[in-house]
Amino acid sequence: MKLNRLAQYALPLITALAAGGANADKVRVAVIDPSSGPFAAVAANWYKSMLMQVDAVNAQKLAGENTIELVAFDNKGSAQESQILLRTVIDQGFRYVIQGGSSAIGAVLMDAVNKHNERNQGKEILLLNHSNADPELTNAKCSFWHFRFAPNSDMATEALTTEMAKNPAIKKVYIVSQNYPFGQAVSRSTREYLKRKRADIEIVGDDFHPIGQVKDFSPYIAKIKASGADTVTSGNWGPDLTLLLKAASDADLKVSFYTYFANTYGVPLALSPASAGKLKNIASFSPNNAGFNGKEFVEGFKGKYKEDFILLPLYNTIAMFAEGLKRAKTIDPVKVAYAMEGIKMKTFSGEMEMRAADHQMQAPLFITSWAKVDGKSVRYDQNDTGYGWKVEQRIEPYVASQPTSCQMARPPR
Amino acid sequence: MEFVSIAILNGVAYGLLLFLLSAGLTLTFSMMGVLNFAHASFYMFGAYFAYAISSTIGFWPALVLSPLLVAVVGAGVEKFGLRSLHKHGHISELLLTYGLTYIMAEVVQMVWGRAPVPYAMPTQLQGSLFRIFTTTFPIFRAFMMLIAVLMLLGTYLVLTRTRVGLIIQAALTHPEMVESLGHNVPRIFMVVFGFGCGLAGLAGVLGGLAFATEPAMAHMVGGIIFVVVVIGGLGSLRGALLSSVMMGLIQSFAVAIDYSIADLLRVLHLDYIAAPSGIALLDITVSQLAPVLPYLFLVVILIARPRGLFGTRDT
Repeated sequence: MKLNRLAQYALPLITALAAGGANADKVRVAVIDPSSGPFAAVAANWYKSMLMQVDAVNAQKLAGENTIELVAFDNKGSAQESQILLRTVIDQGFRYVIQGGSSAIGAVLMDAVNKHNERNQGKEILLLNHSNADPELTNAKCSFWHFRFAPNSDMATEALTTEMAKNPAIKKVYIVSQNYPFGQAVSRSTREYLKRKRADIEIVGDDFHPIGQVKDFSPYIAKIKASGADTVTSGNWGPDLTLLLKAASDADLKVSFYTYFANTYGVPLALSPASAGKLKNIASFSPNNAGFNGKEFVEGFKGKYKEDFILLPLYNTIAMFAEGLKRAKTIDPVKVAYAMEGIKMKTFSGEMEMRAADHQMQAPLFITSWAKVDGKSVRYDQNDTGYGWKVEQRIEPYVASQPTSCQMARPPR
Repeated sequence: MEFVSIAILNGVAYGLLLFLLSAGLTLTFSMMGVLNFAHASFYMFGAYFAYAISSTIGFWPALVLSPLLVAVVGAGVEKFGLRSLHKHGHISELLLTYGLTYIMAEVVQMVWGRAPVPYAMPTQLQGSLFRIFTTTFPIFRAFMMLIAVLMLLGTYLVLTRTRVGLIIQAALTHPEMVESLGHNVPRIFMVVFGFGCGLAGLAGVLGGLAFATEPAMAHMVGGIIFVVVVIGGLGSLRGALLSSVMMGLIQSFAVAIDYSIADLLRVLHLDYIAAPSGIALLDITVSQLAPVLPYLFLVVILIARPRGLFGTRDT
């Protein structure tokens, strides 16, 4: 009993001393993404991408004297599960959470983190969003406690529709989306932007299907064919895109595809050589872009995990977080959040900047096309298919950048 | 016209794959009263075994060997798991198979990893068989339909026209009588269960090629096969056939219907009901609902006709 009492007073003191005195801390970060269910394989690749950079950060002291440790939690792709996990990690003393597997889950976590931080000053949680793309998260729902390291879907759609508008062969466009906030955002902005850029393009179809549920996409393909579309654009990712592309090539659907995630894990296995030149994908980087400076990282990743490094935002999340820790000279989330605002630093695609107004990453985007490895414009393939992503167009951040309606409430520094 | 013919073909092809999947489930249920929750996991095993075998000795041996292997695993489950639980009633059996789904998913992930495996289609099955207007119909889909029909015929003939089938049927209704005639009833049950799992394995060999071979594949069909079996009537092979083809066709055609309840109200000049409320629910089109329609039918059938279309006992 007495010992207990002693511990009760002594512990906070010791922790306070430790936090104030030393600046070599181990920063534990909870990663809440699916490691089971339909998107498990995709999410495993995300995790490895972050781990690779965490190792580099710790070895090269990129976070100052601090080291970063990732701890994975399986949210099974469910918002409810994620909320319970958030509670768990807060109880375990985590102050940083990374998530990015779904905008719907991201919104739920943001809401919970906002409430927690309001009620628990001094114990704030910071949410690092690696890939949730719903624009709302940095507009109407924006929060000081949330940082997005990937382009939001409006930025990607802005870039993709600009590319589509340039192609005079496109007359009839069909939109296929997963029915959740990101898919709905893609559908809405594609219609809106195409109307602005090429009013003559007709939208002949706009389909929503449940995320991760459809096995057989051939009915959708038959419908696309019946609509007379010459171009299909889709925000689908993971198996939903793999199966869509597979069904299209089975039925000999002769259209051009414009996608957001055709470079994601496993999808290229479904691409037939016939897709070469007919498939354009918007991405945050391609190892084939001119002056690419991430050779070591990409090849090291392939050597270590026998997989391709695909998504730059995962690298960016860790790289910028480490920079924030270094600049803040503390591991207090409030200070680190302020330090991350406005950071400009180099990444594999050029320069990236964390816009302070809405915590939305600004970085170049690339229109890429599926092409055979030729040693010059396509040096790296994907999934050992002999095909890779050729850079068609580099889009500077100011082109894709979107105004924000974010009105952020900030804590005292 | 092109759409209708393609939609029918696609619907029937998908329906027959569903049938191949659910036939084993409904068989084991009708024969043993065991509702095998792990059925979809045996389907996944079939796909993974076929992948492993076909990458060493080729697809055609895998088409035969993989379902056999799955059948052996299934028989093992019956012999060492279900048999001892049988006396405790169906709930224990159900729980065992339920637990099995998790174990089997973990096994697959431990052996083959979480990522989809590159299970390649043999060259003979690649390409298209024929062309309707501008749409090609893959050889593979036709092959899948052929296998399903052959399997249906085979199972039907074995059960109704052979001695083995007679003994099996007798063992189900009058186990004591069959036993006293000198037949080994537990072994018959083991064979039946193994056979049911083998059918799931066969569906896996084909399904893994048609879609993707990955640890989530069991999860993705788990729901739909129960729907098929319940709508068809638990235990009825005929019902399973009819309801799988029905499900295939419904999914195929529903995707094309872009009308919502709000549109229907508008046609009936009842839109004053929907308009002021602004309920988004009414604007959901049938095509958006397509993938959940089977579950809707499940509920309707359970309410209107609890034993399913051809079922003989209540579910």
